[in-house]
Amino acid sequence: MMSGIPVEHGLLLSATLFALGLVGLLVRRDLVFMLMSLEVMLNAAGLAFVVAGSRWGQPDGQVMFLFILSVAASEVAVGLALVLCLYHRTLTLDADAESTLRG
Amino acid sequence: MQALFFYLAGALAIVSTLLMLTRLNVVHGLLCLIASLLAVAVAFFAIGADLIGALEIVVYAGAIMVLFVFVVMLFNLGEEAIDTERRWLPPGAWVAPVTIGCVLLAEAFYLVTRSGPLDPARPVPPKTVALALFGPYAIGVELASMLLLAGLVGAYHLGWQRAAREPRDEADELVQARS
Repeated sequence: MMSGIPVEHGLLLSATLFALGLVGLLVRRDLVFMLMSLEVMLNAAGLAFVVAGSRWGQPDGQVMFLFILSVAASEVAVGLALVLCLYHRTLTLDADAESTLRG
Repeated sequence: MQALFFYLAGALAIVSTLLMLTRLNVVHGLLCLIASLLAVAVAFFAIGADLIGALEIVVYAGAIMVLFVFVVMLFNLGEEAIDTERRWLPPGAWVAPVTIGCVLLAEAFYLVTRSGPLDPARPVPPKTVALALFGPYAIGVELASMLLLAGLVGAYHLGWQRAAREPRDEADELVQARS
């Protein structure tokens, strides 16, 4: 085990953080808070990868964390640009206000 | 000892994420989210993934959170922006994130400057990760760079269209006013 910490506890922390992010995504209606909850969920997934990787002593978990990091960075850039567009269109950050969109 | 640090950092991560979910103000939520990301970084230090902990602080808590702060600042351009900032950060709103941050700083300082044998503490050294990145995962790195480029172009396009449309709308109004 990794320096005396059971791998189950690391995965439990990751699952708890993921569940908190999911709850935030479902409960909050503010678009910026929803993006922040997405960040928490991606971070928890990366934590699970790193914990599992150090359980086996392999570098693959940390490599996957780097990929998740780049996915999170590009997702936040595009998501925040979209939020700015919607804000200038509707002058609110409420996700329910976008239900009037017709595509 | 390191296990204790891991559990403390994990508990602080859960507490600050809960604080983030219950804030009503975006800026207060951002402060708590930064504390949560720093706590996860200290947990990485505690399980021996030093490279990932440093990247978490630099990229997540640094670059991505700065993007959020810039966008939140763009939401209220205008005369009342200074009043709004004064209202958003009253003394007391930042006490909980700063306390969590100070505890995490002490933990990270101890974990980074610890001495002694490294055998159980660092199961995966950064050199192994770098060799894997530029060996079997080289195509993945290229795909990640293309994804970042696509994100850059997409964000630029979304922001540029709005900036280009507004002067045209003003010009249209001017034409309508004249005719």
